[in-house]
Amino acid sequence: MKRTISVTVNGKVRRESVEPRLLLVHFLRDVLRLTGTHVGCDTSQCGACTVSMNGLAVKSCTILAVQADGAEITTIEGLARDGALHPIQAAFREHHGLQCGFCTPGMIMAAKQLLERYPAPTIEQIRDQLDGNICRCTGYHGIIKAIEAAARAMAEKGQAPTTGS
Amino acid sequence: MFPASFDYHKPGSIEEALELLTTLGADVKLLAGGHSLVPALKLRLTQPKHLIDLAGIAALKTVAVRENRLVLGAMTTHWQVESSPVVKAALPYLCEVAGLIADPQVRNRGTIGGSLVNADPAADYPASILALDAEMVCVGRGGRRIVHARDWFQGLLTAAIEEHEILSEIRIPLLPPRTAATYLKLRHPASRFAVVGVAAIVTVTQDQRCAEVRIGITGVGSCAKRAGSVEQQLVGHRLDATRIEAASAAACDGLEIDGDMHFSAEDKEQLCRTYVRRALLRTMHLAESGAFQPTRNAP
Ligand code: FES
Ligand code: FES
Repeated sequence: MKRTISVTVNGKVRRESVEPRLLLVHFLRDVLRLTGTHVGCDTSQCGACTVSMNGLAVKSCTILAVQADGAEITTIEGLARDGALHPIQAAFREHHGLQCGFCTPGMIMAAKQLLERYPAPTIEQIRDQLDGNICRCTGYHGIIKAIEAAARAMAEKGQAPTTGS
Repeated sequence: MFPASFDYHKPGSIEEALELLTTLGADVKLLAGGHSLVPALKLRLTQPKHLIDLAGIAALKTVAVRENRLVLGAMTTHWQVESSPVVKAALPYLCEVAGLIADPQVRNRGTIGGSLVNADPAADYPASILALDAEMVCVGRGGRRIVHARDWFQGLLTAAIEEHEILSEIRIPLLPPRTAATYLKLRHPASRFAVVGVAAIVTVTQDQRCAEVRIGITGVGSCAKRAGSVEQQLVGHRLDATRIEAASAAACDGLEIDGDMHFSAEDKEQLCRTYVRRALLRTMHLAESGAFQPTRNAP
């Protein structure tokens, strides 16, 4: 039996009727056509599908869309403001935090939570907090540099890391 | 991967959930954080007709200290345990354990109740639940039942919960004075599950003798177990490296350890003994430096 859910995605309320077995990632990609969130492993390992749900980074391949009923979701599409990249996005571009870009939306959504929890992270904290994200291209150094740079940029601007959510 | 079809129910109270659990028939699964169940649904290892989502039940989300016990609602997530000021003040050891589970995204969703009911042989919490001598509160329509940790883990993916019951809370007795605690884990490099995980909780006397010790082991057997033979060799003694080494030789007693695709049985036995020894050494190091867990109130 289908259920009607109402989810606020990137600030917009979306009401849709969905099958209970529909995964959140497919709701985002196939129903709402927000294809920035990727499916990598489909088995809760790689983090490519990471989105923010009620302020927490979650793997949307491991959540049913019905579980997100009433939730606030931010996807990678919701980070830029008025055409300006979010500081984490800008830092990834600047510091070679990506090559093919497949893992990048998930990395950035994980980095966003990381900087909310640890605004001035050590390298160990960055590595530890990215444990749920796998990149097959960069060897991670660029990603870590980008996150360090984003932390500095956000601190300088006095910008709350939550900007964009 | 897509799960097979099912109907979804989201009750607002334990009573309502129990009602659904008894009326919907046998083909029902309870959904907690969903980080074991949703993958199993996707792989179609399980295809229930009905899912009852427990996320709407506020009573399952308690985090409190009551009567010298830390009370955790079954729906408390790993991140909540990791970051809770209540847990940090009462039993910081458990914050550390929760912070070692899986990865941050999984910790945001996975719950202690889900983990304990699922009883995965490589889950982290079970070792500590045993070593902390916790109690599980199970509610059914006939009332509630308390199951002690030593009776909870019954075998591979089998916990002592009945078909029409819901695990509502976990009660963890706070520790006596002069108690140190360690959870030491060899993380599987890909899955982050425990290849072996050892929880060691030791209470020492003023002259550093072991007054009480409980050791829980997860990862190597079909379910988590206490290391009873090791414990027996420690109580009453000063725990120096020699005594710890000798006692740890018995770490695999009573554990049926089989090899798997990653490790042979011998390798796992060796790892188990090594991790028990190291966990005890670290705990004694903490005890000697006075790094004890907070103490329960005097009765
Ligand atoms: S696609 Fe969700 S974790 Fe890999
Ligand atoms: S940039 Fe290609 S997978 Fe990470």
